[in-house]
Amino acid sequence: MKNENLIQYIYGIADNALILGQRLSELCGHGPSLETDIAMTNIALDLLGQTRSYFQYVAQLSGDNKTEDDIAFLRTERQYKNVLLVEQPNTHFGYVITRQFLFDVFHFLLLQELQNSKDEMLAAIAKKAIKEVSYHQRFSSDWIKRLGDGTEESHQKVQEAVNDLWKYTDELFHMTGDDVKTEELGIGINVALLKERYYQKVSEVLEEASLTIPEMKWFQKGGKQGIHSEHMGYILSDLQYMQRTYPNMKW
Amino acid sequence: MKNWPLWEVFVRSKNGLEHRHFGSLHAADAEMALENARDVYTRRNEGVSIWVVESKHIKASNPENSGELFEPAQDKVYRHPTFYTLPDEVKHM
Repeated sequence: MKNENLIQYIYGIADNALILGQRLSELCGHGPSLETDIAMTNIALDLLGQTRSYFQYVAQLSGDNKTEDDIAFLRTERQYKNVLLVEQPNTHFGYVITRQFLFDVFHFLLLQELQNSKDEMLAAIAKKAIKEVSYHQRFSSDWIKRLGDGTEESHQKVQEAVNDLWKYTDELFHMTGDDVKTEELGIGINVALLKERYYQKVSEVLEEASLTIPEMKWFQKGGKQGIHSEHMGYILSDLQYMQRTYPNMKW
Repeated sequence: MKNWPLWEVFVRSKNGLEHRHFGSLHAADAEMALENARDVYTRRNEGVSIWVVESKHIKASNPENSGELFEPAQDKVYRHPTFYTLPDEVKHM
């Protein structure tokens, strides 16, 4: 395995946190209530904090004076390896919560395994992050239950969100070439093996929320290969604007 | 969400200290009130324990009665333990 495989592997994990964090940040000041607004922003900050840990590590691995900012802000769209799920837009609160829930369950399972990675840095980041993600999962699961089991309108909206977002869940369990190479060395996680536990947990919560998983034979994919949906360009133009306009700008 | 009841939040900042009133917030039920309180009041490491209680359960004194409730205490300085000479050995008083 080359360093490049490890770096690409880390992008596959960190870009999910970065893009979802960016998506949630867009909601800052727009939450349906003060309390949920702060909660979502809090989750965004957790995710961006995790992203920083991963990118600082990537900067160290890649050498040549790269910084975490270069990695976060100066890659092109195809170089981001996040799944399509996390780039989906903020349409309404139920949709945001569903997107969050479908990701949180996966994120928690992934970090649980990553804590045992032979790469000490990744294991340490996972150990720290899993406490945060455990809370994210609790928060989004609670809201799924409240909305699913709430009013007729909230039930309908969140069921539609599940129907719409479900096609992005299969991609979470696809193995990329870098996944395979890092997994062989005990560094990466075999995400395909998480699928069963994921469906079990998700069905449990959805059932309690009186929601159903849609029947689906065809799933979307591509994010892990850097082939993104139309939304990604807009996210990146927001995310990269400052650093592209004022190169090397620092806080 | 407009119909959510109001909750009072009490946070203990460190073990050994008492819970103190931090503020109030809206939530649909006690569970949500705890989670909201965690996010609103303890995200900068302010606490180790949270209590929430629905505001309607608090019986408050009426400001109109403050004359009879509190004023009689104003001219009774002898109720403060300041008329004793403290021996030097006694510290932290």
